[in-house]
This record gives sequence, C-alpha cells and structure tokens, in this order.
Amino acid sequence: MKKVINVPEQVVEEMLQGMVLAHPQYVKRIEGFDVLVRANAPESKVALVSGGGSGHEPSHAGFVGRGMLDGAVAGAVFTSPTPDQVYEAVKAVDNGKGVLLIIKNYSGDVMNFEMAIEMAEADGIVVDKVIVNDDVAVENSTWTIGRRGIAGTVLVHKITGAKAETGADLAEVKRVAEKVISNVRSMGMALAPCTVPAAGKPSFILEDNEIEIGMGIHGEPGTHREALRSADEITDHLVDKILADMPLGTGEEVAVLINGLGATPLMELYVINRKVAAILGDKGIKIAKTYVGNYMTSLEMAGFSVSILKLDDELKELLFAAADTPALVQF
Amino acid sequence: MGGYIFEAINTIGKAIIRDKQMLTDLDAAIGDGDHGINMARGFEAVQAKMQALEAETDIGKVMKTIGMTLISSVGGASGPLYGTAFLRAAGPSQGKTKLDTDTASLMLAAAITGIKERGKAIRGEKTMLDALEPAYDAFMEGAKVNKTVIECLELACNAAQEGVEFTKTIAATKGRASYLGERSIGHQDAGATSSYIMLHALLEFLRGNN
Repeated sequence: MKKVINVPEQVVEEMLQGMVLAHPQYVKRIEGFDVLVRANAPESKVALVSGGGSGHEPSHAGFVGRGMLDGAVAGAVFTSPTPDQVYEAVKAVDNGKGVLLIIKNYSGDVMNFEMAIEMAEADGIVVDKVIVNDDVAVENSTWTIGRRGIAGTVLVHKITGAKAETGADLAEVKRVAEKVISNVRSMGMALAPCTVPAAGKPSFILEDNEIEIGMGIHGEPGTHREALRSADEITDHLVDKILADMPLGTGEEVAVLINGLGATPLMELYVINRKVAAILGDKGIKIAKTYVGNYMTSLEMAGFSVSILKLDDELKELLFAAADTPALVQF
Repeated sequence: MGGYIFEAINTIGKAIIRDKQMLTDLDAAIGDGDHGINMARGFEAVQAKMQALEAETDIGKVMKTIGMTLISSVGGASGPLYGTAFLRAAGPSQGKTKLDTDTASLMLAAAITGIKERGKAIRGEKTMLDALEPAYDAFMEGAKVNKTVIECLELACNAAQEGVEFTKTIAATKGRASYLGERSIGHQDAGATSSYIMLHALLEFLRGNN
C-alpha cells in the first residue's frame, strides 16, 4: 500500500481537520464528533443532514453550505457513521423546522441513521428520512435489500437543498427529495480497485485488461467482469442499462452527472460525457445541465459512473438554483 | 486479573481481534471488506471501557456497556446488530454474576430477537442469524436434558459451525453481499463467522474456568 497518510486510524480525523482549515467560511466542526456543519446557517429552514463512510470525498462534507446540506457525518472509511455521531449532527443543525436525513441504501447506513432518528425523536426533534437507491446495476427484487445509493445522491443533495433554502416545510422538502430519488438512475464501472487504509490491500483484483461493470462505491463486486473496451462502448452499455430502467422520450429534459471515482482523469470523464450527450441527443432528449468531475469518489478507484435525472419544471428550477459549498458553487 | 465477566469479555475481544484479517478477507470476497476491521475497532473500544469495569460482577451491567460501546464505535451493519444483541442480552442477565443454563439461553434468545428486529432479517439469508439460530436451538436441546452450561454451549458451538458452513451453500439476500445474488454462493458469511468466533471464545473461557 502506497498512500500519503500518517497512521490509518487517524485518516478521518486528520482529513476533517484539514477540511475545516481549508473551508472555514463554509464549515465548522462539532467538537469531539466527526461532524461538519454549516458555518453560517440561516435561522429558520428545514435542515438537511447526510453522511456515510469516509473515502467518498468531496461527499459528503464538501456539499455542506448554502443551497445544499446543513450537516455531514463522516464514518470510518467506507463504513457507516455510528448513531451517536448522526444524532449529534441532527442536534447541531435543528432549528425547530425539522431535520431531513438523506441516506444511501446500505443496510449499515439505514440502521445507524434509523437509530439516530430514534435518539433525536426522544429529544422531541422532528426528524424524517429519505433513502437514495439510484444504482440500476443492482436488481431491485425480493432477493436483495434493494438498490444501492451512489453518485445520484449528489443531485438529491443539490435539489433538496435548494428546496429547503426556500423555507418550505419538512413535508414539502421530503416530497421533493423523494421526487428526485424516483427520477434519478446511475450506473458505474471500475478499471482498478482502491485500497482502504486500514485494510492495506486492494479490495478486489482486476487483471490488466479486465473491467468490473456495476460495482458499488465501496468496491463491492459488480454485476460482471469483462474485457476492457473503448470509452464509447462502455458508456453505451451503462447508458443502455439506465435507459432500460427509465425510458425517456423525445423532448424530455434531463440532468447528467459524470462522476469520477477518484483516479480517473477529467480528460476521460469528458470523453465519456461527449458520448452520453451523443446518445441522449440521438434520442431527442435535451440535456438541461451537466456536471463532470469527482463528486462521490471511492478513494483512488479508477472508473466512473453516469447518473441521469429526469427533470420537470420544479426539479429544473431547483437544480439551477444557487449553491455555495466547498465542492459545488453555482450562481 | 479481573473478575469472571471481565475475563470472559476479554477472551471474546481477543478472539475477534486475533481473527480480524480472516473476517475482513471473508467480507472482501462478497461484501466491502471491512467486517474484521470494524469488529476489531469495536472490541478495542470495549476493552478500553472494560478497564473501568474490572471489578464489576453484574453480567447485565457489562452487557449494556458492551452494547453501547459497539453501537458507538463499530458503524456499518455490524455495529447496530451486535450492539443491539448485547443490549438485549443485558435484560435477562441483570443482577446475575454467573452464567447458568437458564440465563445463557435467555440472553441468547434476547440477542437473536434484537438482531432480527434491527436487521429485519430471518434465518437463511446468509447472515449471522445462520450461525446464531441453530446455536440457540442446539443450546436448548441440551438444556432440555439438563446438560451443564458448558455442554450446552459445546452443542451450540458445533451447530454454529455447521451454520457457518451452511452459509457457503446459499445466496445472500441481506447486506452488501445481496447485491451479488447467486455469485455469493460458495462464500462463507463473515457475520456468521464472527458470531461463531464469539460463541467459541466464550466456550473456551468457560472450559478454562470450570
């Protein structure tokens, strides 16, 4: 393992310290907890909290700021944060209008966040949750716990955050979050694995000419392995899977997120985006907004995911609303 | 040297920490490869907390501390599941200072109920329940014919070990391994394995203290 770290056990702590030093205008630390909250949050709005294992930077704390999240909880690398940590975040951001937790669909995340909800409710805090499950690689059948939540979660943060910023109540904010969730689909691929610092060795092995299709953001194995193909062929395959699950007709509008997993250069992400735009263009689908970059990474994993969000007027307006966070600024 | 319950927990913690790599490797094959790392982190936290409880003789009090410590240090799925298990086991063991057959069976039953409720899981889904439920059944078989707690636990451990073997033959429908579906067949479940390790460590401790 070759990493620029001090000791594996201190990675998350030292990362959080570094983030606060880099972005004091955006985030502050809740002392004693792995929680970052907005440095200057408005007094009266529904507060949004998300989080998950570390190693997905800039997710999740990178999206704490105006128009997105109010608090982010960092677990150990690729491990859901514990309930007491989530509970601290909820307490810190609650200003009386209620708190919405945005959870990705992994049993660990769901269980820990649900326990935090039980703790917060015992305090009289009004708190609710939504669960993101955008990964179409996973069969949504009785044989699994449902689909995983992956990079499409960033679009949930963006749009739900914009809705909360309008002063809408908790039920309204939750309705919008669920609308985004039901309209966003993603799928990813990996060229090379990553190494969790505490494990010290790669989470899976791929031969030089092999790629993994549909793996999760923690390096969980995907649907299958195959020989490396061209960027266009791989992109075709991923977008096909997404469109098979969410048919889009001529004239419909979407947002596209080409997400890097950590080690894939922007050059390649733009190559992929060009192909995604061409596929959607051929079908007469209009792309209202495109994001290309590292939004929800998997340490130094090489690979990417494509997310497509079907828009209506409401979602589009909220997507275009201003956001000012360490990792996403738009006016 | 601490008391009976202190040493028992120490033995269980040491076994988990010793087998950290094996648990992580099992998890890496079909999950995300952090089970051993997380469980070891949890039991290191338990060992630190236990320093203050060295003289504590109430098993229930110790179980509660372990449950709370695992919940606030493990994370992932195993934190809430094992944390809930130990918290629930605190109920029937409150005020008890020795592990008799009755107490042990009630603790095991409460722990299993807690895991099922928290994880919304049942036996046969390639989880820790596939080790723990057969273990409980075997324990009760022994209890029915008035075997000693050690003899009951021996039966339970054997059943848990068979349960771990059984997890190799089925597809996962809970947890991250469920994303693999049929591809998870042939692999041993990491959670069932950690459950077996704990039961076995407890048995070893009781044998050494008999």
